[in-house]
Amino acid sequence: MSNEKKKMIVKSKEFSFGTDNEPLELDCGKTLAPVNITYETYGKLNQAKSNAVLILHALTGDAHVAGYHSETDKKPGWWDEMVGAGKAFDTDKYFIVCSNIIGGCTGSTGPRSINPETGKPYNMDFPFITISDMVRAQHRLMQHLEVSRWLSIAGGSMGGMQALQWGVDYPEAVNSVMAIATTTRLSPQSIAFDWVGREAIMSDANWRNGEYTDDLEPDQGLAIARMVGHITYLSDEAMDKKFGRRLQTKTKQSIDFSRNFQVESYLEYQGQQFVERFDANSYLYISRAMDYYDLSKKGDGDLNKSLEKVTSPFLVVSFSSDWLFPKSHSKELVKALRNNNIDATYCDIESSYGHDAFLLEIDTLGKLISGFLASRTDEVNKNVK
Amino acid sequence: MLNRSKKELQNRQDLMITADIITNKASVLDLGCGNGNLLHILKAEKNIYACGVEIEQNKLLECVKKGVPVIHSDLNDGLDDFQDNSFDFVVLSQTIQAVHRPDKLIEDMVRVGKKVIISFLNIGYFTSRFQLTFYGKMPVTNSLPELWYSTPNIHLATICDFRNLCIEKGVKITEEIPFGTHLNILAKFWPNMFAPTCVFIIEK
Repeated sequence: MSNEKKKMIVKSKEFSFGTDNEPLELDCGKTLAPVNITYETYGKLNQAKSNAVLILHALTGDAHVAGYHSETDKKPGWWDEMVGAGKAFDTDKYFIVCSNIIGGCTGSTGPRSINPETGKPYNMDFPFITISDMVRAQHRLMQHLEVSRWLSIAGGSMGGMQALQWGVDYPEAVNSVMAIATTTRLSPQSIAFDWVGREAIMSDANWRNGEYTDDLEPDQGLAIARMVGHITYLSDEAMDKKFGRRLQTKTKQSIDFSRNFQVESYLEYQGQQFVERFDANSYLYISRAMDYYDLSKKGDGDLNKSLEKVTSPFLVVSFSSDWLFPKSHSKELVKALRNNNIDATYCDIESSYGHDAFLLEIDTLGKLISGFLASRTDEVNKNVK
Repeated sequence: MLNRSKKELQNRQDLMITADIITNKASVLDLGCGNGNLLHILKAEKNIYACGVEIEQNKLLECVKKGVPVIHSDLNDGLDDFQDNSFDFVVLSQTIQAVHRPDKLIEDMVRVGKKVIISFLNIGYFTSRFQLTFYGKMPVTNSLPELWYSTPNIHLATICDFRNLCIEKGVKITEEIPFGTHLNILAKFWPNMFAPTCVFIIEK
């Protein structure tokens, strides 16, 4: 027998809806049809249909949360260390679903999809979407999968925003919520960074009001947006540990404007990698959706009120060095949950990784998640008996 | 898992007394809830609405496994995140001597809870007095085993001190349950001398 661990091979699936006179209603007042959602599933739905867990991804994530797409595939899904047999999201116990968001560029309907009215890509004619719209589309997927109630909905960063929105918009469909490194609304500082990112894209000559072609895209602008974003995902300490003031080449430091420090080289690499896999218009639409997101809207600006119908327990996790989604935001959420007598567990995990910690602090976060899921399962089983 | 919690709780007489005091379906805030045993049992047997507060991550993870809701927080930061009268009971077990400002915490607790149950380690206990008087050394006991320079217990006090603080703060002591392991009768008779531990129920 081979010692090598067997690769978990998964295939992305597609779910289309909206053509049968039931388009997706959007918060902006418009409708979207047809709508496609790319998703992946892992593990099996049990007979009682009580073990389904929905995982939601961040701004630039996708449905491929774990495993590999083929035997030769080198890179696993974005949260592979967390999802799989014996892992925190244990695929031997739970039926895991990861749904791509609408507005994205990794399979689901987004600005580069074909507008049925014109036969051309939507581009800037794509309607403005919100986090609630993303959740509404996922709710259709839930019906399609014949899941009536998620054991838990989990997400980090923008995925956490969706998880919270699920709890508020569909309280009856949610047994518990895991909101990780997230917020009920972005701080002005985060909105400011998003603005800079979008400005970089929109001032790239190749952007052409979103009507760029596949062979001439606003790569420069998108790369800058990514670099700005990446700075916000790290922390001062993490950068210092990772790069210090080290130079890229060991030879004498040249005095010019070319990239010279390791941190510069890293950012450039991240930018270049990103344009290979992400779309500029999607970046505009999704980052805008994050800016406008405000969970308290449901309660006319009062977060306590917006949580009134929520009954499910929450696990809220922040990371000590995350300054993009700081712990004060998580604490405010926990306070509002508590004010509504909702069971809330909160942990601020000590970490130097900054916002990215939610992808990297596998050990503690994994224990929190597996413990929380186990206790939710016990609760569900108790109620069945 | 529940049986293990029960077994572990038996070693803590103050928590057993606390568990008896708490009524069915009450809301309970346990400050410094540790591994969540008390809330775990009360959730299962008295159907309470539970909320723990704990600063140590490993203990917090234990609570999560037991399905005990717990908030990661430092009691020295106060209870600003909790509304007035939002809990039927606030519990603080053998911890008051370790916070920076016991007086402020007491004020906060009677604000948040309708009743507050505090279990208190009495430095006026006769073996402590004996050590200080005859050996001239800071007392080291079973319940306060650390040495003076490294102890987290920075505000040691006697039952008498505690009563005085309550009077000063206008806090009502509604019940006082002194107890000891061997000398229970003496503990009831002269708590400040013979009770190593005392459970107080206080309210505003």
